Amino acid sequence: MLTALVFVPAAVALPLFALPRRTPASVVRWVWVVVCAFELALVVTLWAGYETTGGLQYEQRARWIPGAGVGYHVGVDGLSLPLLALTCLLFLACALYSLRETRRVRELAALFLFLETTCLGLFAALDLILFFVFFDLSIVAMYFVIAGWGHRQAGRAALKFFLYTFTGSLALLLGFIGLYLAAAPHTFDMVELTERNPLAGRAAYGAVVLLAIGVGLAVKTPTVPFHTWLPPAHVEAPAAGSAILAGVLLKMGTYGFLRIAMPMLPGSWRRWALALVVVGVLSVLHGALVALAQTDLKRMVAYTSVNHMGYVVVAVGAAAATAGTSAQARSLAVTGAVTQMVSHGLLTGALFLLCGVLYERGRTYDMASYSGVAAVAPVFAALTGVAAFASLGLPGFSGFVAEFQIFTGSLGPRPVATSLAVLGILLTAGLFLRALRQVLMGPLRLPDGPGTPRAFPDIRAHEALAVVPLLGMAVVLGVAPRFLLDVVEPASRTVLELLAR
Amino acid sequence: MSALLWALVAVPLVSGALLLAAGRAADRLAPGTGLAAATAGTGLAVAAAFRQPETAAPFLDGLPVRLAVDGLSGLLAVTVTGATLAVLLHSAAGSGAGEARARFFGLMLLFSGSMLVTVTAATLPVLLLGWEVMGATSWALIGYRWRDPERARAAGTAFLTTRAADLGLYLAAGAALAGGGNPALSLAGLSAAREPWLSFVTAGVVVAALGKSAQLPLSFWLSKAMLGPSPVSALLHSAAMVVAGAYLLLRTGPLPAASGWGDDVVAWTGAATALSLGLVAVAQSDLKQLLAASTCAQTGFMVLAAGAGARTGGVLQLIAHAAAKSLLFLVAGSWLSALGTQRLRELRGAARHSPAAGAAFTVAALTLAGLAPLSLWAAKDLLLAGALRTGPWLYAAGLAAAVLSAVYSAKALWFVWRPPVPRPGARPVPGGAVASLVPQALACLALTPLAFPPLLDRVARVLGSPGEPAPRPWEFALSAGLALTAAALTWARSARPLPLPGAVATGLAEWLFLERAAGRLLVGPVLRLAAAAAAFDDRVLDRAVDTAATAALRCARWTDRVAERSVDAAVTAVAAGTRALGRRARRPQTGQLHQYLIQAVAAFALLAAVLVLVR
Repeated sequence: MLTALVFVPAAVALPLFALPRRTPASVVRWVWVVVCAFELALVVTLWAGYETTGGLQYEQRARWIPGAGVGYHVGVDGLSLPLLALTCLLFLACALYSLRETRRVRELAALFLFLETTCLGLFAALDLILFFVFFDLSIVAMYFVIAGWGHRQAGRAALKFFLYTFTGSLALLLGFIGLYLAAAPHTFDMVELTERNPLAGRAAYGAVVLLAIGVGLAVKTPTVPFHTWLPPAHVEAPAAGSAILAGVLLKMGTYGFLRIAMPMLPGSWRRWALALVVVGVLSVLHGALVALAQTDLKRMVAYTSVNHMGYVVVAVGAAAATAGTSAQARSLAVTGAVTQMVSHGLLTGALFLLCGVLYERGRTYDMASYSGVAAVAPVFAALTGVAAFASLGLPGFSGFVAEFQIFTGSLGPRPVATSLAVLGILLTAGLFLRALRQVLMGPLRLPDGPGTPRAFPDIRAHEALAVVPLLGMAVVLGVAPRFLLDVVEPASRTVLELLAR
Repeated sequence: MSALLWALVAVPLVSGALLLAAGRAADRLAPGTGLAAATAGTGLAVAAAFRQPETAAPFLDGLPVRLAVDGLSGLLAVTVTGATLAVLLHSAAGSGAGEARARFFGLMLLFSGSMLVTVTAATLPVLLLGWEVMGATSWALIGYRWRDPERARAAGTAFLTTRAADLGLYLAAGAALAGGGNPALSLAGLSAAREPWLSFVTAGVVVAALGKSAQLPLSFWLSKAMLGPSPVSALLHSAAMVVAGAYLLLRTGPLPAASGWGDDVVAWTGAATALSLGLVAVAQSDLKQLLAASTCAQTGFMVLAAGAGARTGGVLQLIAHAAAKSLLFLVAGSWLSALGTQRLRELRGAARHSPAAGAAFTVAALTLAGLAPLSLWAAKDLLLAGALRTGPWLYAAGLAAAVLSAVYSAKALWFVWRPPVPRPGARPVPGGAVASLVPQALACLALTPLAFPPLLDRVARVLGSPGEPAPRPWEFALSAGLALTAAALTWARSARPLPLPGAVATGLAEWLFLERAAGRLLVGPVLRLAAAAAAFDDRVLDRAVDTAATAALRCARWTDRVAERSVDAAVTAVAAGTRALGRRARRPQTGQLHQYLIQAVAAFALLAAVLVLVR
């Protein structure tokens, strides 16, 4: 069932090319939507059948390259299940959002379906090489999405994105090989590596492997100072591509911390946790400050991703401190980190799609070109307002649940760092309120088209269909988060037990 | 029992959210829905105050949502719902057909619902939940007329200022967990934390409370918040938002005292705010600004009460002030829409323009002045008795601030009771809007007996704070006499401004330049830091990456030009050498037998020699 979940989109993507060239685009669009809806239904079924007591479930193994210790091994636990569900939901939202797309629809649909397979595969993978393959394939697919459907400078931004994250993935591969060589007998299987803790007592080796893996994942997350690929990639990417890039692809980095680095390198992780906390706090503050200085709406949202992912890094770093802190606090921090990944996926996905709505009408992301948009597009304004407040961590939305857990859990172990990181939510509040005031409030002013004033219709049905469920889910998670936390909490306790070895 | 409590918070929150989701389509239904929800809420609050229900639901790991109503929460819940009902009645009578009423009533319900969550919360996370949603809805309400950039900016100022203080609560939650002894983060158990976490928790809670209550030095946001619609001010200043901070301090009473320094800080901040914002209020020339500054000052008394351990006095001050202040703002709003101004000079004779509204305004203003036998007089003496026990200087500061209340209230009254000026464009104040003020005016009078035995003992028992010092008769007489004298002097001096040096007068009129200071000291540097960070990002970090890429490219070109060419040259040289060798090798192949024979002989000779030598 898990294998089906992973490979169905790619399996549908290939025959899309076999369709005759005259096939109407609407058929392709609806195939795309139906497959994504099917995937969502499948992941909901998986969730319904998931035992919240914890442990890996739906495991499947197959021989792949036994000579090199590589196998096909997938499974889900409380860390990956929420991300699988998030992936399916976001891809469905993007499919719905793209219902009016006219440029090379067949290729776009195939690419997105392929991308969905790589994302789902990565979160389900329990073998390092399988993880690595999906990691790299996702970069490839996203490169084509940005380069093929992006704005003016898309080629350059896409190349930068590809080269930067690809270089990061090479560091990751080196780290994986280091783990492989340390284990006896050699293996790439994550479950076995986690059990064996191959680098216990080998401090220098462990530090080098952690550095390689850490840099690889930090590029993808991205944390300061490895984040500079992110703003151009987002600004030039199409709205749906941005939503997936920020909503799903960034999670691969932080998921890797929780899935690979923490449980497989517990000793090194504990030793170097302070460095991670520092990097996390820098990401939080630098991301928020730079976002505050932006005049381009989409670039601003992109930088808030650096800020929001910084909280995750702070939390996983702070959770490593064992002395003098309660187990409850550490569990809150790790659970908060996973919740933040889901929450950020939903909210930033919604925000990028709304940026796309704005661009589609005004043809610019420059905030100063707009004013008082609420007068002509009240529903769009309301949705943007809700998304912005949710993103700045207002209670009642998922962001608060995530950030409150992170701060409350991290303060005990790392008081100074957490006190600094809390400033991030004030900065994000400032920058989002400023953006809302500039774009939505005040007297009406819209960027002119060539020669004539542009029409600025309110949000359309397919756009609302894409955005509203994301925000709705954020509200559900903010008001009644138990169904998610019941799944995540056992898994975060497991991670902490593994980390304490 | 628990259903009652859930209903109490859910009715306003859900009906408000539904109105907001329905949007303009629900405009016609909105006043009715809002009033129905507010009425139901008031009934539920009264029931909850008597039955004191508790309830819990799982939320985060080990941190459930716990709501509970005790005496304090019950009184507050009734105050909040009552004030909401009064304000909504007034707005239903006064709001025009073209207004976005669904948005207005929906936000007001959300606002009051989140205040209800705040006052019924039994744990810190739940309190923070209500606390922050309240801040966000206040943003939307202050910026209700969003087309005006000034109002939009004011909304942002209010939200950001209060949120800056709210960070204290986030930190307090983490510190309380780290301090141990209180794994569920209940409000009652906050003082169980060990040092140094206890001081951390205290600081966080105190900062958050002072920010929300617009105490020094964060008072300025309240001046800006005046740009919102008058009914919003009426609720925000009376029973929600501003008093939330005072409530939190009254609720966590033992916490500041446990830290050893918190109670003094709280009491003196309250006293300083009551004094200095009282002076600011006296210096205002705009009715709404005067009322706003007086809110800071009056809330200062509540904060003082919390710091001095005079819980009963603080709560009575809160309730009585809520009744008086909501009434004052509603009348000020009515005059603004009827006469088109809120400047005191232009409001001359406003009370005579609509005598019923004028009478209600007078009752509330006299209450605010602290004149006997009105309720704020008694409540203030009750809390000042606590201050007197703490120290004579605190009592003196409180008394001086009480005198200032009499001065600014009398100033407002003097202007509105002047002989009327001709007003060609004036409209009458609608009768329904005036009728809705009656209960609040009555409350101003009727709350007084609560501050005297035997009712006082019952109130103290309900609040769980028996044994607090009661004022002696001379204290009541002194404060009543001082207030009356101050009010009479102000009236006699025709409410002329105080004889102060120009700079001081400007400072008071400009709210002590607090906003400018915040802008200079915080906002400006942060924005410059942001610009610097962005420049660093573009010029250093990003350029470093680009430089690395360029360097790789240059390395590739160098390889192409230098390394590649030299390798190629070497290969070519080898090829040339081989060719030369080949040419040489062709030389012996002449095709003549005798030469081959000689070559063979030479070769064999060589071989033989080698053989001999090697053997």
